[in-house]
Amino acid sequence: MEGLNVPLNHILLVSSLLFAIGMLGLMIRRNIIFILMSLEVMLNSAALAFVAAGAHWGQPDGQVVFMLILTVAAAEVAVGLGLVLQVQKRFKTLDMDYANRMRG
Amino acid sequence: MMFELVWLIPFIPLCSSVLLMLTAGNLPRLLIGSLGVGSVGIAALLTLITGIYFMAEPVPFELTLWSWMQVGNFAPSVAFYFDGLTLVMMSVITGVGFLIHLFSTEFMDQDHSYARYFAYLNMFVAAMLILVMADNLLLLYLGWEGVGVCSYLLVGFWYKNSANGQAARKAFIVTRIGDTAMALGLFLLFTELGTLDIQAMTTVAKETWQVGDNMPLIACLLLLGGAVGKSAQLPLHTWLPDAMAGPTPVSALIHAATMVTAGVYLIARTNGLFLLAPTAMMAVAIIGIATSLMAAFTALMQSDIKRILAYSTISQIGYMFLALGVGAWTAGIFHLMTHAFFKALLFLGSGAIIHCLHHEHNIFKMGGLRSRMPVTFWSFMIGSAALAALPMTSGFFSKDQILLQAYLLPGMGPYFWIAGLVGALLTAMYSFRLVFIVFFGKLNIEPDRDTGWRMAIPLTVLCGLSLIGGYFVIPVQAVFPPLSDEHPALWVEYISILVPVIGLLLAYLIFHSRQLRVDGIVDSKIGQLLHRFWFSGWGIDWLYDQLFVRPYYGLSTMLKSEPVDAMYSLIVAINQTFNQLLSEAQSGRMRWYIVSMVFGLLVLISLALQISPEVL
Repeated sequence: MEGLNVPLNHILLVSSLLFAIGMLGLMIRRNIIFILMSLEVMLNSAALAFVAAGAHWGQPDGQVVFMLILTVAAAEVAVGLGLVLQVQKRFKTLDMDYANRMRG
Repeated sequence: MMFELVWLIPFIPLCSSVLLMLTAGNLPRLLIGSLGVGSVGIAALLTLITGIYFMAEPVPFELTLWSWMQVGNFAPSVAFYFDGLTLVMMSVITGVGFLIHLFSTEFMDQDHSYARYFAYLNMFVAAMLILVMADNLLLLYLGWEGVGVCSYLLVGFWYKNSANGQAARKAFIVTRIGDTAMALGLFLLFTELGTLDIQAMTTVAKETWQVGDNMPLIACLLLLGGAVGKSAQLPLHTWLPDAMAGPTPVSALIHAATMVTAGVYLIARTNGLFLLAPTAMMAVAIIGIATSLMAAFTALMQSDIKRILAYSTISQIGYMFLALGVGAWTAGIFHLMTHAFFKALLFLGSGAIIHCLHHEHNIFKMGGLRSRMPVTFWSFMIGSAALAALPMTSGFFSKDQILLQAYLLPGMGPYFWIAGLVGALLTAMYSFRLVFIVFFGKLNIEPDRDTGWRMAIPLTVLCGLSLIGGYFVIPVQAVFPPLSDEHPALWVEYISILVPVIGLLLAYLIFHSRQLRVDGIVDSKIGQLLHRFWFSGWGIDWLYDQLFVRPYYGLSTMLKSEPVDAMYSLIVAINQTFNQLLSEAQSGRMRWYIVSMVFGLLVLISLALQISPEVL
């Protein structure tokens, strides 16, 4: 494992940063597409942490889990985009606050 | 042969009643009227025939129809007992009842619920006949409750006015108090004597109990409770004046001639028991005379024509109770019969006035009706004369007997006699006050019609009966123990005859010629106070309101908030509050969910770190 050796801490920091950005996007965005994108970012931040950890310990598990996350993300996007289409069709907007039918 | 068919007498009005109820007024009016009047007419005819047979051979007769139920050794049967007392009662019920039914066809002519009226009235006649014909006390109780229900239905007949419903409920509930006492009396009699059959019971009672024992006293007082409720005697009389809310012929039939005398009949029928309890007899007499005086004073003050007659009825039944209490059984039943004649006459007369004066009840708004309604005028003259017991009228014979028999009672007798005389004086005064105010003086309201033949015939027949009823001999000697042949001194009899005449003169002087000025007395402070006191019926309604009705309402409003359930309601309230708080959080706004999740996570993590910092 020669070559560029980035310390684990740095990668984890980037991962946390990505996670925070994703979460922030989730919290403040109203457009459903941006929400989905934020979700992707968060998933990928987690995947990055796995890969980094796997590389650090010299274990293949990290990459296995990365594959799993990739699959989950793909499936989620498939369902999510379907929902986006439905939302657009039904409410003529992508603003999720308009889709709220609940009266708490 | 005839006696096997007596069951037809209550059965025919019952059938007619059921038929009228089932067709629910879909028959032509003429047919409804014919059914209602005809069925009672046939019953009256059958009673007459039975009476003729019975007079030819006066032997009591028993007719068992079927066994009602069999519970252990309690086996009452549906059976009728027929003797002289039954015959008198049945004649009054069917005879006077028939006349009142006939009168009703004209009185209720314009009413929408013509069929309902006759259905109730026929059912009443059937129930009343069952009451007087019953062989055992349980069947009697069935009839007793039956007439109570019919009374309730007919007092509240014009149910669209809520005051009438109120009066009906009052009548039902107040009599129910007495009926409960009577039911307890029946339980006691059955557990003690093992039978409710009246004849057998009397025999067993004479063997088991001594005169003056406690057990017959309690039983008799309980029966008396029932009689007091039904016959509107103190202290349960308050329902009768209000019961005048019903149609006037109903007041004539139920609240004057028949149902209210059921209590008198009950005591007369169970005279064998009452003779074993002299204290109970004394209670009957005292209640009777007290009620009689109280009601007579009240009647003198009333301005509503029907209320005057209602209080007068209470007062006259008081005389019957007095008669029963002093052991003058025959006189009591005799007065029951003559009273049925003249009081039905007076009530029907007042019904005719009310009918022709657009439902006017206030006597001070009437006046001068003498020439306009001659039949009614003469009815009232004769009825009032009989009610006041003027010599040679029917009321004279019966009331005179009661007063003389009361005088002969050792001990309290003369006091009863004097109180009875005061009552008789007042009776003459209030009855002729009514006549003078309504029929003499100047005409206030012009009647828009005179009575038709369906009103005139019953009035005329009852006039005749009120005049000659005193000469009837009622066949009850075999039913009651014989009286002593004693006669009071002649002066006692003369005074008894004289007092009603004085009453009439007083009424004439005060209310007609106005030679005797009483305005000074009436307008004085005490006079005003007494007037108000007597007008309100001695404030007894007010007293009951304070003693029973208000505390009951207070208690029920207190219990309405369900204090016992408060603890459980508290748990529910807490849960509901939290539910509302939490459901507020479920807003459906996704960003809000995420923020709260993140915030919660942060809090949890920082808590975890706080507890075990070594994780870092």
